[in-house]
Amino acid sequence: MKGSAARHSTPALVEVLRCGVLTSVQDLGRHGQRHLGISQCGALDTLALQQANLLLGNAPGAAGLEISVGPVHLRFHADAVIVLSGVDFAPTLEDCSGAASRNHVLPGHRVSIPAGSTLSLTRPAIPGARCYLAVAGGIDVPLVLGSRSTDLKAGFGGHEGRALEAGDLLPLGTARLLKANASRGVRGLAPTHVLRALPGPDHEQFTAASHTQFWMQPWRISHQSNRMGMRLNGAPLQLRAALSLLSSGVLPGDVQVPSDGLPIVLASDCQTIGGYPRIASVIRADLWQLAHLPPLTSVYFQLVTHAVARAALERQTRYLARLAQVMQQEFGE
Amino acid sequence: MSSPPRIVRIGEDALLCTLTASDAAAPGLPLQQQLWQLCARLETEREALSLLEIVPGMGNLLLRWSVPEGAPCPYAALKKHLGTLWQETPQGDIAGHTVEIPVRYGGDVGPDLNDVARHCGLSPDEVIHLHTHAIYRVFCLGFQPGFAYLGGLDTRLHSPRRDTPRLAIPAGAVAIGGSQTGIYPLSTPGGWHIIGSTSVRLFDPAATPAALLQPGDTVRFVKEAQ
Repeated sequence: MKGSAARHSTPALVEVLRCGVLTSVQDLGRHGQRHLGISQCGALDTLALQQANLLLGNAPGAAGLEISVGPVHLRFHADAVIVLSGVDFAPTLEDCSGAASRNHVLPGHRVSIPAGSTLSLTRPAIPGARCYLAVAGGIDVPLVLGSRSTDLKAGFGGHEGRALEAGDLLPLGTARLLKANASRGVRGLAPTHVLRALPGPDHEQFTAASHTQFWMQPWRISHQSNRMGMRLNGAPLQLRAALSLLSSGVLPGDVQVPSDGLPIVLASDCQTIGGYPRIASVIRADLWQLAHLPPLTSVYFQLVTHAVARAALERQTRYLARLAQVMQQEFGE
Repeated sequence: MSSPPRIVRIGEDALLCTLTASDAAAPGLPLQQQLWQLCARLETEREALSLLEIVPGMGNLLLRWSVPEGAPCPYAALKKHLGTLWQETPQGDIAGHTVEIPVRYGGDVGPDLNDVARHCGLSPDEVIHLHTHAIYRVFCLGFQPGFAYLGGLDTRLHSPRRDTPRLAIPAGAVAIGGSQTGIYPLSTPGGWHIIGSTSVRLFDPAATPAALLQPGDTVRFVKEAQ
């Protein structure tokens, strides 16, 4: 029964046995559709997802799972190779023989999963931070409007347009063949809680005191934060004079200030159009941190130049390109 | 005649282009028509200009670009190009589609029709008459996939939002809020007055395009028999 014929006849599926709320299928997001009111969605930490995919020989934007609440128990119906990235969720692996062995799984590393095994993620080392699970071949849900990401708000994409539930079966794509199963891993990034940002289009409409507050004071992350936006608590910001803005396009990373004066950092699922003043925009290279900043912790905004923003993004792009190049040598065609 | 657009950079990879009428504070239909013209022109140059998103707003336009690694930042060139395009943009209307939306007004599917009538000092039938006899234009889409910001609501129907927002406005609801009217593609919480419901699907991710209404389209509401 362990022959290759038997393996081929087993459908490559992952079964959700148990699942914390808001576990969803995500890739690098849906682009080019904002004029229709369609949000970007996609993994909050695109770096962690890309790292995991590259270690598995996947395209960097293959779909994986974004997990924010445990426990999550997944049964693999066929042999698979996975990588867990982002925050450590204390993962363990139990083989099909039952209680016999429960092995710790090394986060950030390529791990082979024998058919029938159950992967268990208990809880995050940092409550409120997220973990990403990538599988060799990717989660093979249909492409909808150019992406496999779940739009949780609008209810489409991903697996049936919703967060995962016990009983769901996720199909896997075809994995590339590993030449030698050498242990490979990468170290995840630790959030700095400093969000580098550029001044927003309405920056000058705020008072001088508000500029000082915004850039100098710590901002406490509210419990109301989610994939749409990170809401912040602190001394409210004030405009020089009442400002009436007509609705215009907004993007993830934009820092909006509604009439209560408390900023919101827009995230992947944010609306496409907004009418609140924008004091700043978090740079692309720091947006991944939004996945890992738990409520009641603090963040600071650091004013940077376009040159700094560009250099930071180029550093990440080069790192991922180098990782892809190294991995290229470990996989067959 | 309108003044040249005001262009500001947003973040690293986007700009906001705001049109201002020299003779009015708020952008009216003529300015929005010019914006649609500009969007149509940019759409033909989407690839050449490496544009990832072309998002019309109310009297403004957000552009987001995506250039290959190592390529120079296109902001300055794009800003200049937009200035030139604006000079060349014709003032007239664009040829959008005309979409008729059948609506069942009042009753269970329009629980706030009587409230709107009372507020406006009209009978429910007069509200329906005014709502169905205006010609609406889709200024832009946003808020939800396929949700159209419609211009053209009769001023006699302007009504303040509900004191207590509803936890769920159902998909297909036709509503009035402030000086606007709209159709909800998906269920959402909200404070607009629900005056009716349509069975037309405004957003279908499997359709091309996924949104029934496009910027520049003309919308008419048609009363359906109960």
